[in-house]
Amino acid sequence: MQVEMFRSVLGKTLGFVGYTVQYGCIAHCAFEYIGEFVVCSGPSMEPTIVNHDIVFCERMTRQLCKIQKGDIIIAKSPFDPNMNICKRVMGLEGDKVCTSSPSDLFKAHTYVPKGQVWLEGDNLRNSNDSRSYGPIPYALIRGRVCLKLWPPHSVGTLSESPTRRIIKTHSDSD
Amino acid sequence: MEAQISRDMIVNHRSPPTSSSLQLRDEKEEEEEEEEVEEEVVVKEVEVEKEVEVETLSYKNRFVRVPVGHFWLEGDHHGHSLDSNSFGPVSVGLLHGRASHIIWPPSRWQRIEPTLPKNRGPLEEKEEEEEG
Repeated sequence: MQVEMFRSVLGKTLGFVGYTVQYGCIAHCAFEYIGEFVVCSGPSMEPTIVNHDIVFCERMTRQLCKIQKGDIIIAKSPFDPNMNICKRVMGLEGDKVCTSSPSDLFKAHTYVPKGQVWLEGDNLRNSNDSRSYGPIPYALIRGRVCLKLWPPHSVGTLSESPTRRIIKTHSDSD
Repeated sequence: MEAQISRDMIVNHRSPPTSSSLQLRDEKEEEEEEEEVEEEVVVKEVEVEKEVEVETLSYKNRFVRVPVGHFWLEGDHHGHSLDSNSFGPVSVGLLHGRASHIIWPPSRWQRIEPTLPKNRGPLEEKEEEEEG
């Protein structure tokens, strides 16, 4: 009698563990390949994304290498691999980007090297981005922010760059 | 010493390297995602991490200060290696894993030991007067 009870408890426990492992694997694959939820902090992307906003960052675009100019992306910090940064892509490889600030008299430009991207925050005055540490490798990008989920009054897709520093080339489609 | 990993299959430890495990060891072999060609995986020997000076072999500057959170990577076969001498220091976030063993062909089964070639280590602070 006791052996039967023990067997049924063991069977149920193993079944529970099996389901946990299955759902854990599915959840891991979903976060790794489809998308994840990100809580943003910091002022560098105001007014588009403010402190404590929750956004959805999808991974498919980055896996297919289809990140475009003007996309907001989450990337690993080039100086600390355990930290993530959230910025807007202002230039892909080969693009011309403006490295001087809007208040400068003389404008300076550079071209983004192969395999790298130029990032800038929307809040130019309070953003530590490619203007200080240069372009970062494309492979550090984790995903593209496509939806804002919190706070409730600003749920939806995110707006275009308010800084108007994206330099369009002939090959860009309108 | 020619590159010994060219067509070998290796066991790749995928657990993310923590900064504490990398700080103490200067010599480790790491795999990294190449900056220019994303899909290629190369096995290199890591020289330094954190802010240290390195003397380069064929880079545009003779001495390079490797920034925080970056590695200086070199292939064992200097002449035939696309490494930090071409594209500069590499961010730790690009690291894929550590090559620990060669598993194919069976005649080359071995554990890959972390070694730093002679004279390729980071420069000491007292050598600062040699800066060009």
